[in-house]
Amino acid sequence: MNSPAPNPSEKGTFVTEAALKRLKKRHAAEMRFKLYGQVAIGIAVVALITLLVSIFGQASSAFSRNVLTFDTTLDAAQVDPTGARDPDEISRNVSGFNLLLQDNLADQFLPGVEDRARLRELYGLFTRLAVLPIARKTAERPDTIGSQQRFSVALADDIDLFLKGGVTERTSIKLGTVARISGSIETGVQMAFSSPDASDDITKAETRFQEASAADSAPTTLVSAGDTWFRLDTLADGSASLTFIAGEQALPAAGAQASALVLAQAQENRTVSDRQIAWTMLLKEEGRIKSTFNTSLFTHSDSTYPELAGAAAAIVGSLLTMLVTAMLAIPVGIFAAVYLEEFATKNRMTDLIEVNINNLAAVPSIVFGLLGAAVFINFLGMPRSVPLVGGLVLGLLVLPTVIIASRAALKSVPPSIRTAALGVGASPTQAVFHHVLPLAAPGILTGSIIGMARALGETAPLLLIGMVAFVAEVPSGPTDESTVLPVLIYKWSTGAERAWEPQTAAAIIVLLVFLVLMNLIAIILRRRFERRW
Amino acid sequence: MLETFGHLPIAWLLFAVLAAAGFVSFYAGRTQAVAVGSGTTERLNSQPNYHGYFVAMVTVGPAAIILLLYGLFGESLVRAQLASELPQRIRDLGALELGQYIDRIVEHVARRDSVATGNALFDAASDRYTNLLGFSRIIALVLAIAAAGTGFYFARRRLSLNFRARARVEDGIKFMLFLCAAIAILTTIGIVGSLFFEALRFFSRVPVHEFVFGTEWNAQTGADFGAIPLFFGTFMIAFLAMLVAAPIGLLSAIYLSEYASPRFRSIVKPVLELLAGIPTVVYGFFALQFVAPLVRSAANGFNALPFIPDGFLAAQPTSALAAGLVMGIMIIPFVSSLSDDVINAVPQTLRDGAYAMGATRSETVKQVVMPAALPGVIAALLLAVSRAIGETMIVVMAAGQRAQITPDPTADLTTITVQIVALLTGDTEFDNAKTLSAFALGFVLFIVTLIFNLIALRVVQKYREKYE
Repeated sequence: MNSPAPNPSEKGTFVTEAALKRLKKRHAAEMRFKLYGQVAIGIAVVALITLLVSIFGQASSAFSRNVLTFDTTLDAAQVDPTGARDPDEISRNVSGFNLLLQDNLADQFLPGVEDRARLRELYGLFTRLAVLPIARKTAERPDTIGSQQRFSVALADDIDLFLKGGVTERTSIKLGTVARISGSIETGVQMAFSSPDASDDITKAETRFQEASAADSAPTTLVSAGDTWFRLDTLADGSASLTFIAGEQALPAAGAQASALVLAQAQENRTVSDRQIAWTMLLKEEGRIKSTFNTSLFTHSDSTYPELAGAAAAIVGSLLTMLVTAMLAIPVGIFAAVYLEEFATKNRMTDLIEVNINNLAAVPSIVFGLLGAAVFINFLGMPRSVPLVGGLVLGLLVLPTVIIASRAALKSVPPSIRTAALGVGASPTQAVFHHVLPLAAPGILTGSIIGMARALGETAPLLLIGMVAFVAEVPSGPTDESTVLPVLIYKWSTGAERAWEPQTAAAIIVLLVFLVLMNLIAIILRRRFERRW
Repeated sequence: MLETFGHLPIAWLLFAVLAAAGFVSFYAGRTQAVAVGSGTTERLNSQPNYHGYFVAMVTVGPAAIILLLYGLFGESLVRAQLASELPQRIRDLGALELGQYIDRIVEHVARRDSVATGNALFDAASDRYTNLLGFSRIIALVLAIAAAGTGFYFARRRLSLNFRARARVEDGIKFMLFLCAAIAILTTIGIVGSLFFEALRFFSRVPVHEFVFGTEWNAQTGADFGAIPLFFGTFMIAFLAMLVAAPIGLLSAIYLSEYASPRFRSIVKPVLELLAGIPTVVYGFFALQFVAPLVRSAANGFNALPFIPDGFLAAQPTSALAAGLVMGIMIIPFVSSLSDDVINAVPQTLRDGAYAMGATRSETVKQVVMPAALPGVIAALLLAVSRAIGETMIVVMAAGQRAQITPDPTADLTTITVQIVALLTGDTEFDNAKTLSAFALGFVLFIVTLIFNLIALRVVQKYREKYE
């Protein structure tokens, strides 16, 4: 590199003070300019990192899932009321299996309680359809009916979120043991604790939450002693007055371990009630709630409940769509490139095709969606929401990309190859198909894969040809209704419940993994087979 | 008529038959060529295989084209015929209801176990449809077989010692290659045609001046079709995006091409290009979940400043600024890699000249390289703007739905693309102003981006010629 800066130590007599000052200024300007460039690159890199970190941070909680295990006898009268042992009948009997689970929880926590609202609160720990996998499993093995079985079901999205630290901010405080206890479960309990700082700690935590939140949201404190949970009403002189909410229906013995859970929001302001929290914590203590890897993301189809929704149908839909896209775009793209690069004589027609292709490559993708809606669906009467139409639209969309990449690859094969082939008597077609095309294949393949990766991430045109429809079944062919991964991400991102956010982020990661894989293959192909002439 | 053969759709069967016909005619041609050459290939002009290819090509080609055309247009023709035979009172219902009526017939016929509904007209129409469909299929099949037979017959007659089979086959291959290249043109014709004609239909219902100059947009209710707020929103967000992308992209390109070491460049350039490979729906999620709340709380913080009137900024949960910022990030790699190419194309001699005069590097960049690269840089920026205007998912997710004209970047604005998606998602019929307005918007979008692209491509071409 030739350094344009003069060496200041070799001052000539013609160097004046003013010139030196000017030089200093110019060098400062130089440094500033260089800094601008570094800052610009820094901003771009930081933006990329922020994007990835925020998505991975969101998604991490969606890859694990809290499930509730329960032991039950598969009572034939409930599970298969007709007694026909018909697998279809059994797998559709969601309400029967639901009752099993409801009874199991009610027996434990609310024995003999008739209050519908209270029971519904308890049953809110899971959603109705959560038992569907159990019903299907039983339908496959009807001989298990009547026997004792152990099952696990997904907890409701809000409970799951709570266990992962969401729903409301909270802090838990150890209170030592129960020092004094009086009163009764029905009318209220007074309790004092062995730990001297206990009440101070609770008050401090409550004040902190009160200050952090908007003015009218009061924190709630739940106190657990032994297997019983209370809500804290007042706290004065180290003695707490409590109301029973859940758990063992008896006063805990003096000396039982006690702790407090301070929640930042009152139960009117959150989606999980005090009792539900207490029940969840009791089940967790029992070891019946466990965190497992969330396989439903890959095995389930879409659902209206976030804890049951999976991307399986969308992944298969994406694969089918990509298959159609590849079958259209890759051969047509390669042949078009061969024609333009090897056979076309330079005239107005080929000029037109050329300008056309360059332009098509820059047309907004949504315009291709309009084309699909107007031509494929309205004019040709093809069905909506199917991978066939989606694949055709995406095929036309990536066709220019494939053509441009293939032309570049063909161009990089030196003319000597063609000349030599022609020299030994090959026809121009033979020269191209036997010699030039195989040598250009790695470049063409790389370009095609990159084009397919672009098609895989494309969303907008597919929205216009109806691929946003709710699809509960895994599609089995290119003419079945289906959706694709990016569209699923869009749909999930518009979901109202908080639990959709990690779910969406997880689906994004699945999509990114596919994209990274495709790009890796492209890079490896290029590294391995690329030839420099 | 038969829809499936075993478990496979009938199309597969046809495909298999065509392939078989290809093989048979290939071997017939080849055998005949060997016979013509009296058992040896020496006196033949072309190899026997080429004779075989020739016969197969002439046999299968036309038949395949006939079947393909039938597959594309057959059902529409049958429907049109059925519609013209229906009684006048049903035809008077209008295009939409007529179409739905025929849809019901098609659906009824497609169900295998369908029984008569008791409605005499409907049942008669269903029977007629079944007959027409069967008839059309037989015609298509007969035509295809006839074409194949004729082709086979005449192709075999042409085989002789001096027949240049290879040249003919290669002509066929070249024609097929040309067809593939022409698909690109067909796509453009399809785009322009569909957008233009649907837009024309729209303008027959809504006057052009109302669309272009109207300031009220309520397309969902079919009431107002003034597109000015959409144009405003589109350009506002594109402007915000360029405010981010232009300086960052350009400065990174300058730094990478003029200052960075080859090692630094080889690491940072792929990282920047990673930004271009992330799907737009991911950017949309990022904008919605991360940037929009940030913008909102910043706007609320600004509103809370003592000398600012209450509610000065709208501070909406989705905002033009959030969408614009994220779109800007997405466009950075476009600007940077395109301008990087342009800057690298400036001949080194220009730089050397400047250095020789004692200029510093930044002075060289500012006063020599950039002026020389200016047309290319402008073209890069134009392409980036065209991309920003046409971008859909980020604005759909993070910009909002409200058509309004306000200079406040924290308000929610809507764009052309957002409205196209909103109008065409869900069930759509192509006979009301609401659906058709999406095509009018698409037409505007296509024309604007086309102009930007054409200018940019032209400038780049001129620029290349200048330095090559």
